[in-house]
Amino acid sequence: MSLPGTYRVGEPIRDTKAPEGPIEDRWDKRRFQAKLVNPVNKRKLTVIVVGTGLAGGSAAATLGELGYKVKSFCYQDSPRRAHSIAAQGGINAAKNYRGDGDSIYRLFYDTVKGGDYRARESNVYRLAQVSVNIIDQAVAQGVPFAREYGGLLDTRSFGGTQVSRTFYARGQTGQQLLLGAYQALERQVAAGNVEVHTRHEMLELIVSGGRARGIVVRDMVTGEIETHLADAVVLASGGYGNVFFLSTNAKGCNTTAIWRAHKKGAYFGNPCYTQIHPTCIPQSGDHQSKLTLMSESLRNDGRVWVPKRKGDDRAPGDIPEGERDYYLERIYPAFGNLVPRDIASRAAKNVCDEGRGVGPGGLGVYLDFADAIRRMGRDAVEKKYGNLFEMYERITGENPYEVPMRIYPAVHYTMGGLWVDYDLQSTIPGLFVIGEANFSDHGANRLGASALMQGLADGYFVLPTTIGDYLAGAGSFGPVEEGDVAEARKAVQDKIDKLLSVNGDRTADSYHRELGRIMWDYCGMERTEESLRKALERIPELREEFWNNVKVPGDAEGLNQALERAGRVADFLELAELMCIDALHRTESCGGHFRAESQDADGEALRDDENFAYVAAWEWTPDGPVLHKEELNYEYVKMTQRSYK
Amino acid sequence: MNLTLKIWRQNGSSDKGRMVTYRVEDVSPDMSFLEMLDVLNERLILAGDDPVAFDHDCREGICGMCGMVINGVAHGEQKLTTTCQLHMRHFKDGDVITIEPWRSAAFPVIKDLVVNRSAFDRIIQAGGFISVPTGSAPEAHSVPVPKADADAAFDAATCIGCGACVAACPNGSASLFTAAKITHLGLLPQGQPERESRARAMVEQMDAEGFGGCTNTGECTAVCPKGIPFDTIARMNADYLKAASK
Ligand SMILES: Cc1cc2nc3c(=O)[nH]c(=O)nc-3n(C[C@H](O)[C@H](O)[C@H](O)COP(=O)(O)OP(=O)(O)OC[C@H]3O[C@@H](n4cnc5c(N)ncnc54)[C@H](O)[C@@H]3O)c2cc1C
Ligand code: SF4
Ligand code: FES
Repeated sequence: MSLPGTYRVGEPIRDTKAPEGPIEDRWDKRRFQAKLVNPVNKRKLTVIVVGTGLAGGSAAATLGELGYKVKSFCYQDSPRRAHSIAAQGGINAAKNYRGDGDSIYRLFYDTVKGGDYRARESNVYRLAQVSVNIIDQAVAQGVPFAREYGGLLDTRSFGGTQVSRTFYARGQTGQQLLLGAYQALERQVAAGNVEVHTRHEMLELIVSGGRARGIVVRDMVTGEIETHLADAVVLASGGYGNVFFLSTNAKGCNTTAIWRAHKKGAYFGNPCYTQIHPTCIPQSGDHQSKLTLMSESLRNDGRVWVPKRKGDDRAPGDIPEGERDYYLERIYPAFGNLVPRDIASRAAKNVCDEGRGVGPGGLGVYLDFADAIRRMGRDAVEKKYGNLFEMYERITGENPYEVPMRIYPAVHYTMGGLWVDYDLQSTIPGLFVIGEANFSDHGANRLGASALMQGLADGYFVLPTTIGDYLAGAGSFGPVEEGDVAEARKAVQDKIDKLLSVNGDRTADSYHRELGRIMWDYCGMERTEESLRKALERIPELREEFWNNVKVPGDAEGLNQALERAGRVADFLELAELMCIDALHRTESCGGHFRAESQDADGEALRDDENFAYVAAWEWTPDGPVLHKEELNYEYVKMTQRSYK
Repeated sequence: MNLTLKIWRQNGSSDKGRMVTYRVEDVSPDMSFLEMLDVLNERLILAGDDPVAFDHDCREGICGMCGMVINGVAHGEQKLTTTCQLHMRHFKDGDVITIEPWRSAAFPVIKDLVVNRSAFDRIIQAGGFISVPTGSAPEAHSVPVPKADADAAFDAATCIGCGACVAACPNGSASLFTAAKITHLGLLPQGQPERESRARAMVEQMDAEGFGGCTNTGECTAVCPKGIPFDTIARMNADYLKAASK
């Protein structure tokens, strides 16, 4: 075993498979060059898709419609419940319906810049291109986007942008987009092209002849361990923000599918890149099981402030205008309350660290609608944000029309994930990774409303083209070796047996909470060399303790939710260490990743392009991680220090 | 506060099931109902007992996965609320709370409070979609949609597929769920070509799944966490009759 925090450097990644030439033509070129599979052969090819969120649902539906035999898996009782359902704010697209100067190029430009120059230009350009088709597709499926009185689609602006390019469906954009994909998926089920396996959890990847050829799953109702084989495997299993225990993610979100694949040879890209969302409802006590996001669109009309004076505990209404600090408007006059997420989150943390936070524990800032209500009238505010206000009141018991909301940053989205090339293929041939599960096109810091865009771009448009190129060669793959299947099944069985046999005296959840605490304190919004080293000492100890002292009741047969949870926590305990190693080695700040040692005179994040303009792709080996660097080149968007002042 | 819970325990669909009484202490009013059950489960696990199985995921009222009958009412007495969004501040110290699964022939119990709602997916498979292959969609602005229609379609589209309507209905009817989807798609210009065939296929599937018929008792809308309007059912019936008479 390696010392905590140590790693080796391996060969750099030289080829990402992105075509050369003018950026506008690259995707067309790739599509033209991709080999096609003849329709008769498609029926003989099987593709496994793990996950039924926006990425997996749209991919499975499209692949089914193309004529492949598709097997789809999710851990919930229906594909419609994937975590994508919870996305509130909206989805970006370069439609320029407003005529406010938007274009594919501008969306591309804003995303590369908002990603703090840690995303690939070719991929981001493609994303911006395809964004336009996503809206067409969704509208044709009957997704009820918000409309103007004239019957045309409405848009709004979102944090970090000055054009109005975000399409939305009240505060339920993710729900409506997911239902569109889910309905397309169920249509393919009816047509006999897709088989959906709900309440099935992928626990291992089967690699044979150097290629991904199947998965091992547990039927969560019967407890049976099943093998499913295929010609290619697609992971669309979402993000791993729940490593922090408290996050805005659904309770079941986990890293198991991608972590198992990582240990089978898929590189993990930028694991430490976590996006922190600035507008969540603050934690209320130790019993809390998750955090709830308040859509960022609220910042369009709400104003963020804290008292000027430290320890001022008067009720917000008793604090006169002159004694309030509208700090975002003060520090960032050009963007004000609409600065990007990383900036808004850090600013909130800073004022709370200064002792000016509000609410219990001082971990909160006000998001105030009093001005908006005065300006637009309560009715207009209610129309625009009513459901969000209701949700806030339900959770906190406070009426946000009368007292300002309290918000605090929370872990929201993970920008790291399995490394993929331009074709969305991982370093294991035949293993494709889409949506939040891959290391994504966004780099260090994603702007709002682009995860939905990425999930659907991958699933509806990109993967269905690029996977065909791979499957065109499927005839030569050879049979799946029985030994490889047996080995994967044994790994699953051993792990389950071990978890059930420890019979210690702490629950898996209690370990998860403790891990989450370590991660948030030492590898969260702000990290230092020292904090990360502390985490790297503590995590292996905690993992060791877990395996010696966890208590998992019941047996392997039938529904056993405690067993499911324990398996996920075990994987988080391993991933967390890699996240800290990645964070430790990147001695620069960028976006949501803030290294306290790397800041400018104003306390803003300081990037180090000279040394860190690369994707960190980590290989798993029994003696510790190996770092492979993929250099990032910027031909179109000049790297500059981001400034929102 | 301290509570007494009477929870339905059932080990699989062939088990008969029974109510079991538990005490939970130190419940904070800020907890959600599910967090209160988490606390109970942590204690059961440490005591070597079998924790109570229940479904949940988003815990913010949108995925539709949670759902239990609380004191006789699906998702509890709080209006327009899913179980995960129900908070303990609505209960009092010393309360006795009964907790049971959705009960319907079409939703077999898997374990404790977890039921199988796959029948809903099969109703959607029957026609709850607009047939549009990927990549062939027309420009989004080529078909304007009057705002009023878009808004009404939206109101119906917000159904989360939780199944509370079925659990509350004395007949175990799935009409509100089915009607919500038929209304959502039927109000949009994109949904017109398949409007009647969709209504017919979905209604027939609903019957085939063993859900009961609708006798207009309105219990469904009373518990629906998303406030799906009752008149969607009339719309469904009208579309169905039109289709059936052809
Ligand atoms: C509260 C909230 C609000 C958001 N709002 C926005 C927004 O307004 N705009 C925006 O662009 N983005 C938003 N996001 C981000 C966005 O929703 C997600 O990044 C995106 O939906 C992820 O989609 P996905 O398809 O990759 O994964 P998911 O939707 O998470 O789907 C994962 C799927 O994988 C399955 N799965 C996972 N593990 C396994 C396993 N081991 N075995 C079998 N199945 C498995 C699950 O069952 C599920 O079906 C928001 C996120 C949150 C949390
Ligand atoms: S109609 Fe209402 S109660 Fe029925 S499934 Fe939909 S949201 Fe749930
Ligand atoms: S857990 Fe998702 S609606 Fe309750």
